[in-house]
Amino acid sequence: MATAAVPEVTTMHTLPGDAIRQIQWRFADRFDLQMLVQSARTVARTTVARMVAAGERNTHEWTPAKAEMMEAFDRAGITAAFMEPEEGGFITGPKNLALSLAAFELAWVDGGAATGSLASFLALAPIHECGTAEQVKHYKTLAAPPQAGEDRKPWRGAFALTEPLPYVGVDTGILSGKLRIVEWRDGSEPLLQVDKRGRFITNIAFANFVTAAVISDDPRIKGSCVVILEEGDEGIFDRGTATKKLVHQLSSTGDPIFNLKVPASRIVGGYTVVDGVIVPNFNHGEVIEAVFRRTRVTVGLMTAAKLLSAVEPVIRYQRERFHGAAGVKPGTMRYDLGIQQREDALHRLVDVWATGEAAASLGFAAARIFDDLEPLEKHKNALMKQLGVSGKRAVLKALQESEQRAISLLGMAPNDPRREELAVDPMVDFVLKDAVADVLCPATKLWNTGVGANQMREAVSLMGGYGITEDCPGFLANKWMDAQLEATYEGPEAVQRRQLTITMTREVFLAQFRIWIAEMRKVAGDYPGTGACTLASAMEMWQWTLVHLQNATDPVGNKLYHGQRQGVTFALADALCWLLASRCQILDVMELQARGGDDAVAAEGLAGTVQFLSDLAHVQAARAAGEVSRISAELVFGYNLHPAWDTEGCSHCFTTQELEALEETMPGITAFAIDVVGADGSHPLKAGPCAGCGGSSDFQRMQNKLCTCLSGCRLAKDRAADTLSKVMIPEALDYPA
Amino acid sequence: MAQALQLVVCAGIVPDPLQTLEPVTGPNGPGLKNEMVLPAVLDPWAACALYEAAQLVAKNPGSKLWLVSLGPKAKLQQVMMTVGQKAVFELIPIDGPIGGFPDAHSTAAALAEAIAALPGFDRERLLLFGGWESATRGAGVTLQLVGERLGITDQFQGVDQITLREDGSFEVLERVEGGRHQVSVCAGTPAVLGWATGNLAEPRNNPQTGMANMRGIMPALQKAKTVALDGNGLRYVSVSLPKQQRETRVEKNMTADEIARELVEWIGAE
Repeated sequence: MATAAVPEVTTMHTLPGDAIRQIQWRFADRFDLQMLVQSARTVARTTVARMVAAGERNTHEWTPAKAEMMEAFDRAGITAAFMEPEEGGFITGPKNLALSLAAFELAWVDGGAATGSLASFLALAPIHECGTAEQVKHYKTLAAPPQAGEDRKPWRGAFALTEPLPYVGVDTGILSGKLRIVEWRDGSEPLLQVDKRGRFITNIAFANFVTAAVISDDPRIKGSCVVILEEGDEGIFDRGTATKKLVHQLSSTGDPIFNLKVPASRIVGGYTVVDGVIVPNFNHGEVIEAVFRRTRVTVGLMTAAKLLSAVEPVIRYQRERFHGAAGVKPGTMRYDLGIQQREDALHRLVDVWATGEAAASLGFAAARIFDDLEPLEKHKNALMKQLGVSGKRAVLKALQESEQRAISLLGMAPNDPRREELAVDPMVDFVLKDAVADVLCPATKLWNTGVGANQMREAVSLMGGYGITEDCPGFLANKWMDAQLEATYEGPEAVQRRQLTITMTREVFLAQFRIWIAEMRKVAGDYPGTGACTLASAMEMWQWTLVHLQNATDPVGNKLYHGQRQGVTFALADALCWLLASRCQILDVMELQARGGDDAVAAEGLAGTVQFLSDLAHVQAARAAGEVSRISAELVFGYNLHPAWDTEGCSHCFTTQELEALEETMPGITAFAIDVVGADGSHPLKAGPCAGCGGSSDFQRMQNKLCTCLSGCRLAKDRAADTLSKVMIPEALDYPA
Repeated sequence: MAQALQLVVCAGIVPDPLQTLEPVTGPNGPGLKNEMVLPAVLDPWAACALYEAAQLVAKNPGSKLWLVSLGPKAKLQQVMMTVGQKAVFELIPIDGPIGGFPDAHSTAAALAEAIAALPGFDRERLLLFGGWESATRGAGVTLQLVGERLGITDQFQGVDQITLREDGSFEVLERVEGGRHQVSVCAGTPAVLGWATGNLAEPRNNPQTGMANMRGIMPALQKAKTVALDGNGLRYVSVSLPKQQRETRVEKNMTADEIARELVEWIGAE
């Protein structure tokens, strides 16, 4: 095979710094976020890191040192990041990206610290998303850190959804926490009795208030709701026992018991009295949907931070592995490169790094789209209210027209005169972004944490035995374990897959997905070497497979793409996540390439940095393509019965006699015949004649194309590995171990 | 009685000390490998001066604090994301080259010119602060030269403490040999103080302070005047890392007192 000359490329000199990340993750023009990053980083790499190094994770109980960490969050502005300026915060507008960045920085050192900071936001989120104006002002002001001259402690919150088995946890629609009316005098606020037992409730050791999901146990209250409980309420506010977690020990988790009397004004979002019945304005499902669709993104980013944080300690370990050994002198390859002399060590670290990049890109893209969506959602809500549309189904129905307009916009030619009108319609913009957000959020939570946890195991293994000790720089073993919790809490993997199986098949999303394929081809044309073309081919394969499965049946005639058939739907959701992460990674590299030159710091050595990050993206795109190819092939062919050596199965086989006859007119045909049945019925030793299925030739054509699209991906990996062996790293990790 | 002071802190930026600092000779003379890309921090000694100045401002209502910094403005902006959260000040950025090798005289000239041009500048009320050392090459003369150019002859170096008196005079503690301090009393401003470490802890980040500062910092960075500094003909003759020495001995049966005694003897022998 002919080979082309491999062009010489520039290389990255140092690990990507803030200037690079700010451009990639789109906050180069947001100094409020840049300051938050620096602030959170300082707390993470001093207070938090010292606690971990001192063994504070070795206790399940809430300790004074852990409490001090929460105060450090207050002082550093992390707690206030959730608040509006008038509530004591300093960031104006949507805060999904802000909270994601703060959690990313904290999780760089310890996931439990990040969870502790997020849990207070999680408690406030139901109030923030659905609360009445009074509730929002009251609780967010209480939770804001004290301002200059104020002498008070900020309130901390906990969100109580999960209940002891066999209730909430698998299906959040079922609750055992109960709500009854104990007193309702004419003209006055009803008094409610709340009975709720929680399980695995974060921040519970010190929470001053709890937002708890409960269901009516009284005919005078309709359905379910979220209710606010305070530690001073009449009754039992028992924080319960601390959960004996093996992970995230810097956050408080316990199983509380609440038996409290509270006024009905504590129902989140308020209520309406209809025919003598209290009807909460939001049921608990609506509240938690509004909350989790945002907060889950942040969790996914925590695992991304772990992966990227592992790179520097692993490089240092690899390079210094033989320092001090007898006979290994400075200046020798063995001394200078250590384990990095070996390709395998470098290639495996490339995989860890590439996954971390993709996970971060996916997560921050999701966070940004939620920021974009927030004002549009407010506009949508206001419009629905104006139109008198309420209830989830009614709203979905009302949005159908906007969805159709959005889909038609996506299909319009650039010079179509209707484009201008649709492009400025905020409802069209809303349904487009909402459809993407509904996919990116579960994808981030599912892929970042699941694939991320597996890659953290790789990172740990790259440190040898050192990796699974408490002394391991970067606390990698802790991070590996922590990643498993991140895959589980706030909706385990099955919940995310379930959501994806619904949202990824919405036409508004698929119409955008088709455009993304063309977008990747264009990227590949403009800037070859990112793996964008490979990814586009894999996206086409995924799309084809989805359509095929939506129309195909199994041998007994049952539909393959069906809600109950998770062997199909969940696998396809997994495959999509690989594609989404890779796409976001490529787009971030393109952003850096386009804008890096405008920043004097990023511009220094930009070509080398872009080259390296492109190589990582290429590596990741190839892995994504491999996953999609594997999963798709299993699904397309796996539900067909394999032909047997029976009459039906052999109907397309040659017999020996037929071949002998054909050989006379077509010499050599015997060499191409695979399934040949002898006169005595003998046949090759295998399961049956080779299988085919409807559409298989289309699929195999795509798969063949995809294979050739992988050209260059291993060269990219080699280049990335070479950079890893040369890139300059700091003399020491900037946090203790 | 509180005095309304004008405090100017001169502070450059330097690579984060944890980074690998590898000397190289570039087209503009000596420098550090990848210096522009390495994370930077405010020069540590000058940072101490800034925190001391901020405290003086807090104790003396009506006072004003400027931070005058010469370096690439893109790097200055990154550093300000942290430093801007630690104290209230007005940044006077001067866009110039990175590193510790430009000529100290031309650097001092640029700084003095910027200080003299401060709006409402009153030399008689001025306390000019900076670091007595630097984490870069550390010529250790720039601050003195700035003072000379501003006509300020009361200069103190290695300062760890300043105490203002009601009559406008102030007491200064300067480091001298043997871990001692020299106590001086100066009749009043103006004066130049090159700070050692001072006595204050590094202030915590406060994003709200940062947000307030940024309203002035970002426009100032955009308008920063660019200066070209003279080279001084410096070149590396030889460069070597400090020798690392490791003498490990495993002792299982010594008491803490015995270990301490041996350590003291060992230190004394150095």
